[in-house]
Amino acid sequence: MKAAGTQPFSGGNVFTAPASQCESDIIRRNSHLALKLARASTSSAQPLDTKSVPGVSAADTKPTNFCSAVNDALHIALEQNPRALCFGEDVGFGGVFRCTVGLFDRFGRDRVFNTPLSEQGIVGFGIGAAAMGATPVAEIQFADYIFPAIDQIVNEAAKYRYRSGGDFHCGGLTVRAPYGAVGHGGHYHSQSPEAFFTHVPGIKVVVPSGPKEAKGLLLASIADPDPVIFFEAKMLYRTVVEDVPTGSYTIPLGQARIVRTGGDITLVGWGQQVAVLERAAAMVQEEDGIECEVIDLRTLMPWDRDTVEASVNKTGRLLVSHEAPVTSGFGAEVVAAISRRCFLRLEAPPTRVCGYDTPFPLVFEPLYVPSAQRVADAIRDSCRF
Amino acid sequence: MLRRGLCIRARKKLLQDARTLQERVMSSVWTSTSQMLSGDQYNDAHSPPCISHSPIRRFRTVSASSSASEEAPKQTTVSTARNESNSIDFPGGRVPFTDRLCFIGGALSPSQPASCYRTLDSTGACIEDAEVPHDINENLALRIYDTMVKLQTMDVIFYEAQRQGRFSFFMTSNGEEATIIGSAAALSDEDHIFSQYREHGALLYRGFSFLDMAHQCFGNMRGHGKGRQMPIHYGSKVHNFQTVSAPLATQLPHAVGAAYALKLQGQKAVTAVYFGEGAASEGDFHAALNFAATLSAPVLFICRNNGWAISTPATEQYKGDGIVGRGPSYGIPSVRVDGGDVRAVYNATAEARRIALEHTCPVLIEAMSYRSGHHSTSDDSSRYRTAEEMGVWRARDPATRFHNFIVGRGWWDADRERQLRVDSRKQVVDALTEAQKGVKPPLSELFTDVYADMPWHLREQAAEAQAHAERHPDSLHGIPLE
Repeated sequence: MKAAGTQPFSGGNVFTAPASQCESDIIRRNSHLALKLARASTSSAQPLDTKSVPGVSAADTKPTNFCSAVNDALHIALEQNPRALCFGEDVGFGGVFRCTVGLFDRFGRDRVFNTPLSEQGIVGFGIGAAAMGATPVAEIQFADYIFPAIDQIVNEAAKYRYRSGGDFHCGGLTVRAPYGAVGHGGHYHSQSPEAFFTHVPGIKVVVPSGPKEAKGLLLASIADPDPVIFFEAKMLYRTVVEDVPTGSYTIPLGQARIVRTGGDITLVGWGQQVAVLERAAAMVQEEDGIECEVIDLRTLMPWDRDTVEASVNKTGRLLVSHEAPVTSGFGAEVVAAISRRCFLRLEAPPTRVCGYDTPFPLVFEPLYVPSAQRVADAIRDSCRF
Repeated sequence: MLRRGLCIRARKKLLQDARTLQERVMSSVWTSTSQMLSGDQYNDAHSPPCISHSPIRRFRTVSASSSASEEAPKQTTVSTARNESNSIDFPGGRVPFTDRLCFIGGALSPSQPASCYRTLDSTGACIEDAEVPHDINENLALRIYDTMVKLQTMDVIFYEAQRQGRFSFFMTSNGEEATIIGSAAALSDEDHIFSQYREHGALLYRGFSFLDMAHQCFGNMRGHGKGRQMPIHYGSKVHNFQTVSAPLATQLPHAVGAAYALKLQGQKAVTAVYFGEGAASEGDFHAALNFAATLSAPVLFICRNNGWAISTPATEQYKGDGIVGRGPSYGIPSVRVDGGDVRAVYNATAEARRIALEHTCPVLIEAMSYRSGHHSTSDDSSRYRTAEEMGVWRARDPATRFHNFIVGRGWWDADRERQLRVDSRKQVVDALTEAQKGVKPPLSELFTDVYADMPWHLREQAAEAQAHAERHPDSLHGIPLE
């Protein structure tokens, strides 16, 4: 099923027309967000931290989808840094998601190239290039296929600096991978493997929630002195458009973003789940008068505990939501850490709304994903506790 | 004969027709590809994600690209059907046809193993008429021999020190001294070395000292790696020797990426990556050779085929013609060399380096030798191989072979031999004595270098560890608090 035409409007938000049940679900969610953006200037989608966007004013933005924001960031990174490389499977012709379109023409075969079909080779190659001072931006076609490279990421990239006493490092390396549910991806085009990587000292894990976030966080990840795994929400690639600064800017790693302020419960998520949390927050506000504070974690390792802690100390309630299976998901880390820090402030047990502990299923996807409805019910349960 | 002659003439004509057609097909594919690469029609914010066309990976999901690929096979089929060409340009390369059903390789068509290049026989006598494009002069020969003796001396004494429990682990290079040092001697100092773990002879050759090694083995502050890795996991920035890591073969794709980066930086340098024949069974070996060939990376793959991967004999590691047999199938120039013949290894490596730089391509060297020592200090190899086998190979000691060669040239004598052995021994013993008194890194180094800057959670954990150690000084086990 293809989404049909799209229609930009004055708010700079463009959404595809409904096609499948799942896609229309996304679109409803985003339409809701668009309405909120249009009528509320104080809450939701905060403007970028101007400290991190020197010289960029509101006039220097243009409506950009997630995919083009990533593409912009790659153009800027390769332009600014002559040692930056961009490679992976099918990257040369623009990528299967079109995130690398135009790079080959502009920067040439030496810097933008296809590799053989081998994920362990892609990451291993990137580590070696980074060890020589290059800035490799490697692409794994789907996060589901990052596992053949897990030895290179866990045993090599993450430990390169530590094991050499700081003499060598592969900090220039960034590994991009599309992740998450997409409506019909089944087992191997839907996974959210972030928790495998947050368990690994030595790498950073970044998961942007929208186009503006993606561009600033990707540029920060590429410039970061440590290897970064950068998960891109593939469901958002073309379904959400925001006004994104046209120039270069970075969003600092390790800092969460308060998406929406509220005093009754803190909702924590990342990547494409942030929009689900916003939708659930709007539902419970409308139907129950519950005021949610929504936090987009942005960086999972190292994560911004201070922001979450301050919020939970204010609200007394915590809900963490992610698409990945619940057991040993990164939500467990957030809940454990906040339970310890905010023990006396908590008025209900911190709770998690996540994927079930099954492989990601095809026809059951609408029931599997932690939908806004499930999140809203959990918010009500928490507030009634 | 006549029929064959006609056939050849007819085939030539038909082949020409086919080529013309195929060129036409190729140019049409190329046009489509160029359009694709320009990407204009896809740089479209309004298109849905490709996944919505088809969730199946590996297939191009963009509609216009499929029109190009549909066109190509159709015309190719026409051209071959019309002229019965005896070869065809598949997308992956030009391939001749045959009317014989013939399987290649394996037990059904045994072939002669690749020959092993040598210039010295097992006694160190020169093989007459051996090709020696890169001659070894006296200075070079003596530097190589000096390093071989130092490596052997160090291996013996460090091994004993480990057995006495002075540090936790060790691995020797017995039987492979010529492979390691002969190849290291053929590299330039600007070439970066990626090592498995049995190649510290290359570091010695580059000037890493016994003391540097001893400090690393004892885990001292002055040792490479601040005491974080097991002994023999050396590395040295000044010697362009990347830190050793235990996972096998992971360094192979690193060397490829590094060689590619050096090439782009315009450096006249290669990377050299060492690995054993066991490590060559890892997936990273396959990835590395394929990446190196397709991306034209000037990297030297140097395989130490010493017959054993711990207890697993090479016969249980592969069924093909060793490691060298695999190189050509990746499109990599490959050579097999007698790993006990320092002059042969030196020549093969020097020539490989020249080829790699001139042709901007990888080269594979398989050095045949024998692991005369145990796998490591945690291994007793008498449990899986015979004393006779080990005895035979010990008698072919590479250092002795090269010793005979330099004595034969009049470059070496018994007095200098005695002196070198005595001096080396003293230097090794002194290094161990000094390193044993060395200072361990302070507790804080447990937490540094995980990241470039220490994140908040590690700062918290460092403070916790510090507080614990202050409360329980015994827990420090000789680690300084500050």
